[in-house]
Amino acid sequence: MADEPIIQIVGLEKRFSGKNAQIYALRGIDLAIGKGDIFGIIGQSGAGKSTLVRCINMLERPTGGSVFFDGKDLCRLREAELRAARRSMGMIFQQFNLLMQRTALQNVCFPLELVGTPRAEARKRAQELLELVGLANRMESYPSQLSGGQKQRVAIARALATNPRVLLCDEATSALDPATTDSILALIKDINAQLGITAVVITHEMSVIEKICSHVAIISKGVIEEQGPVEEVFFHPQTEAARRLVLPEALQKLPGEYMYRLIFNGRSSFEPVIANMVLECGCPVNIMYADTRDINGVAFGQMVLQLPEREASRTRIMAYARAHDIMLEEMRP
Amino acid sequence: MIDQQTLEMLLGGVWDTLYMTLVATFFSYVFGLIMGVALVICRKDGIRPNALVYGVLDVVVNLTRSFPFLILMIAVIPFTRFLVGTTIGNNATVVPLVLAAAPFVARLVESSLLEVDAGVVEAAQSMGASTWQIITKVLLPEALPSLINGSAVSAITILGYSAMSGAVGGGGLGKLAIMYGYNRYQTDIMVMTVVLLIIIVQAFQSFGNWATRRSDKRGS
Repeated sequence: MADEPIIQIVGLEKRFSGKNAQIYALRGIDLAIGKGDIFGIIGQSGAGKSTLVRCINMLERPTGGSVFFDGKDLCRLREAELRAARRSMGMIFQQFNLLMQRTALQNVCFPLELVGTPRAEARKRAQELLELVGLANRMESYPSQLSGGQKQRVAIARALATNPRVLLCDEATSALDPATTDSILALIKDINAQLGITAVVITHEMSVIEKICSHVAIISKGVIEEQGPVEEVFFHPQTEAARRLVLPEALQKLPGEYMYRLIFNGRSSFEPVIANMVLECGCPVNIMYADTRDINGVAFGQMVLQLPEREASRTRIMAYARAHDIMLEEMRP
Repeated sequence: MIDQQTLEMLLGGVWDTLYMTLVATFFSYVFGLIMGVALVICRKDGIRPNALVYGVLDVVVNLTRSFPFLILMIAVIPFTRFLVGTTIGNNATVVPLVLAAAPFVARLVESSLLEVDAGVVEAAQSMGASTWQIITKVLLPEALPSLINGSAVSAITILGYSAMSGAVGGGGLGKLAIMYGYNRYQTDIMVMTVVLLIIIVQAFQSFGNWATRRSDKRGS
């Protein structure tokens, strides 16, 4: 993919001074976001993910570390330079944050007005963008006349107006119903593919990461627990936090010994994998859990199996898995 | 029912009252708007936090607002004379009216601007808007309906003050009510001035409501 990261975060720290103690919202964050990636940042509420994305465009001033964008450290830019840098980073929000007293078209014109684009030119560009997001017929509507999904489309058009190189999405689909969420995610993915805009997606839902992200970082209590390509984290979750996202709650504590996680890719789901394995090895397995996930358009299945206590049986099953290219790993607490 | 002379006097009173009220409202808004915007952007979670400016403005506004208008009007007589050369008449009344109303307007403007969703301001910042652009393109236009509503409230308050000014040299309906109604026991003139004041207040409020509704694009 990308040879050189477009956003590089080094040792980022955000500290809030409380009455008695210092509270760390973020600590020691290192992230490299490659050009053209859709980079997901996932965590529970209060984990610091919103603070993190606000530190990327300096809506929150970090108290330590650096954010490099295009080789420049945003923490050290002067006011005017920072405003210029922000125009290269569009941002969309959970609550859309549209100007309520302006029409959709005027909302998209807004960032262009800020940079002094001539009115006619701004309107033309805004019209093109609203067409791009599928709102050609709602240009003169006010936000109060639009649905949640339509508002987010206007917000996306507005964020794209100044030709940014990065789109920051802060819980952009969290206020939307599932069908609308899917259509907005598809739009973000389209924009990424067509315009080559790098996207940073903040969410608390694993399904959002699976649907569109190429990379993911898991944040918990202000610290990045794990990061990497989405498949990598999905196949081999290394940390407790990652397992919590990939597996249902009941299995996180490992309800027994000899628990193994098996991953099917699209190919192996055509074969009766478990049945063949049981027949061939001559020993039963206990299926604890199974589901399928759609990761970047490819269906993956996962199963959690409890293998027999006898070590010889387990060795045989492992050998079978290796020989048939089935991903099977022991889950360790 | 009323003779030509009384009618002319009442109409003159209406004109004086409207003149004082509207001129004072205009100047109160000029100063109040500036102070209100400064209060909002300098507050602790504002876009340009500045504890000193906020603190000073806050105290000044509270001090001025706690002055009873009649006392204020007498207290600023030297200043009024310096500014307009006289201490009686319409123009002289406008000076203390503006001094009394501007801080009131500042508070109304402050609360209108605070109604603007902080997220929208944040979005503008994320697009690289400067402080001035946020004030002129986000805060004021987004708060416009509420500001219009506030200006009707201010005009009505100033109208009330202007009637009070009739006691110490101001003109208008207030003067007529005090001179004829209070000093000369002409209850009919007092009642007529009160009715006229009620009509003017009602007109201001109705116009304010209409303009507020018209300017607001939030209702569907």
